[in-house]
Amino acid sequence: MTELDDFRGETRAWLEENAPPSMRTPARTSEELCWGGTKVTYPKDVVRWLEVNVERGYTAPTWPKALGGGGLDRARAKILAEEMSALSLRPPLIGFGLSMIGPLLLQEGSEAHQKRHIPPIVRGEIRWCQGYSEPGAGSDLASLQTKAVRDGDAYVLEGSKIWTSYADKSDWMFILVRTRSDGRKQDGISFLLMDMATPGVTVKPIRLISGASPFCETFLAGARVPCENLVGEENRGWAIARALLAHERTMIGDIFKEQGDRERLVAAARAHVGEDGARIADPILRDRIAALEIEQTCLDLTLQRAKDAARAGHKPGHESSIFKLVGTELNQTRRDLMCSVLGLQSLGWEGDGYEADELKATRDWLRSRGNTIEGGTSEIQLDIIAKRVLALPGA
Amino acid sequence: MDLVLTEEQTLLQKAARDFVAARAPRSRLRKLHERGESFSRELYREMAALGWLGLVVPEAHGGAGLGARYLMVVLEELGKALAPEPVLSTALVAATALVHGANDAAAKEHLTAIASGERIFALAHDEAGGRFGLGAIDTDARAAGGTVTLRGEKVHVEGGAIADTLLVSARAKDGVALFVVPRDAKGVRVTPERRIDGRAAASIALDGVEVSSDARLGDPEKGQRLLERALDAGTIGLTAEMLGSMLGAFEMTLEYLKTREQFGVPIGSFQALQHRAARLFSELELARSAVLYAHGVLDGLDEGASVAAAASLAKAKCSDVAMRVAYETVQMHGGIGMTEEHDAGLYLKRARVAEMTYGDAAYHRDRFARLHGF
Repeated sequence: MTELDDFRGETRAWLEENAPPSMRTPARTSEELCWGGTKVTYPKDVVRWLEVNVERGYTAPTWPKALGGGGLDRARAKILAEEMSALSLRPPLIGFGLSMIGPLLLQEGSEAHQKRHIPPIVRGEIRWCQGYSEPGAGSDLASLQTKAVRDGDAYVLEGSKIWTSYADKSDWMFILVRTRSDGRKQDGISFLLMDMATPGVTVKPIRLISGASPFCETFLAGARVPCENLVGEENRGWAIARALLAHERTMIGDIFKEQGDRERLVAAARAHVGEDGARIADPILRDRIAALEIEQTCLDLTLQRAKDAARAGHKPGHESSIFKLVGTELNQTRRDLMCSVLGLQSLGWEGDGYEADELKATRDWLRSRGNTIEGGTSEIQLDIIAKRVLALPGA
Repeated sequence: MDLVLTEEQTLLQKAARDFVAARAPRSRLRKLHERGESFSRELYREMAALGWLGLVVPEAHGGAGLGARYLMVVLEELGKALAPEPVLSTALVAATALVHGANDAAAKEHLTAIASGERIFALAHDEAGGRFGLGAIDTDARAAGGTVTLRGEKVHVEGGAIADTLLVSARAKDGVALFVVPRDAKGVRVTPERRIDGRAAASIALDGVEVSSDARLGDPEKGQRLLERALDAGTIGLTAEMLGSMLGAFEMTLEYLKTREQFGVPIGSFQALQHRAARLFSELELARSAVLYAHGVLDGLDEGASVAAAASLAKAKCSDVAMRVAYETVQMHGGIGMTEEHDAGLYLKRARVAEMTYGDAAYHRDRFARLHGF
């Protein structure tokens, strides 16, 4: 037995002993997972599963032990992931802390930043949100106007952010602000870390066409953010923001997928349009479902290929834009197709005439229309591919 | 299964790229056609000398036994340059059928001849009544004593007009079977089909062709599976060639977008064209993943995965993307893309043939659904 075999055996035994049974079924949506933070109360099993993982640093298996991570090398981290997946275990913790600001601070942050912010992220104590878009700065993000003016040992923030995911449930925000107004607009942007409890910060959820409010407006009226919360250099925040966006786009290709999507669509088609032997009776619907599943498989394989390439030492590039582009459109196609399958049963808003799954399908369809807008519109992704990957000339 | 090329495969890719650039550039295709030739046997032998034809042939029979992922790399480069040499039909389709279905003596004889480039093979399967896939096989195989007599009409045989040896699907008393038939056997009548891509397809009549019962590949119960396996291997290999052709057409189009000027600027600076080019890029990335995956499944790198489902996945995707790339190639080139002298048309014509060969996108979507239980 090699050391890695020992590690695998030991890990499996530990997981089997410590994972609550309810955590051994895949979550259908990310809402059922633990995002951490102080503002949401999670079910007992979710909390317990988080705690046992925190103890070993397994919420962030590859991060340094000294900062609360697992300190695992790649080989061991892969084994841990494989064993988790073999038991169908849910990740103990997800969120922007683990996926975005944490990795960024480990790379670009000062030692003080790391010591202060990484451990609470790993332990799920602090939930982060991302303050990028503004009412006047959507696709043209670099034109953002929220001002940060130095006053003694702090920046004073004036302005507002919009489309902040889960700002109302988050404890801290990483935020882009304008620290200089002359020169190129990209050269006057700084990257700050802001406590949402800072006086002068208010949050207002935005109700979407689906009835849900996953996004907020965040108003900043004289909020004082200590100068030590600047990441990188003043006026050099744009490069950091861009690197994070590329990362977000890889993630987002995958984020809308729900466990059991294919089975649900096929089962609904059988139930609503009937069967012909073992097959969905309507050949046109069958073709549309097959086309969707083929496209989904191709995207999944492409995501895997990007990961395999990264492991082989290739740097991820602007190709990540295709994950955002394709992933969001696929999700829209899937939600639209589900409504086609349900027929008139997909027209309900609420009430007893509709099953819970039908109402969810309808809301999911409405919500999905935002997928090609949020996180950089499809048109922006196409621009990025055209200019940065294909090197087509500027207009 | 890793979805990246190994170091060895990357080296082979570079070697293939260099060879194709030096010996088989796209411009060669026009010269072949002008001379009324569909391929170059001399170049085919050079490919054999490079070891390409033996990549999936076991070492015991003169090959390298490396697998389909290696051949994929070569087929992609050939596809880029629209090289018409019958590598796919011989070195993958026939080799697969022989590796899985031939007895030791037959395997030795035929596989050695494949790896050495000595003999070209073609799978004679489609018949006028069928459409795609296994189709309806009416060709009759009647056994008597130690011989089998074949009677039937095959159509759309890829490489049929240049093959030295045919693998003929036929219906025997105990099921579907494949038979090895020399081109010059008595009763074999080959009628070349003139197709849009200029390749050497043919209709082949089998008029009481007598072969030894040893010519049969596989056991009675395995015949259908063997044929399906050969067709799936061909389908998968074809997607590698298609991917290469798509990339060739796309690169040519990108170059044009960057150099062709209208209104005083390169047309590639127009967002309407930029976004369409970006869409094609994204489709090509997805197609590449499916192609890489399907060849891995064919090599048995993912034990749980079905070769048939992987073939249908890759072919459904590639058939769609191939046509889209080809159409956009013509459209973005504008008028020049419609002319005989420009290569856009060569890519379009080959794309159309490849799109349908081994089944079009709709056929493979239906098959994919069936294989996944819906």
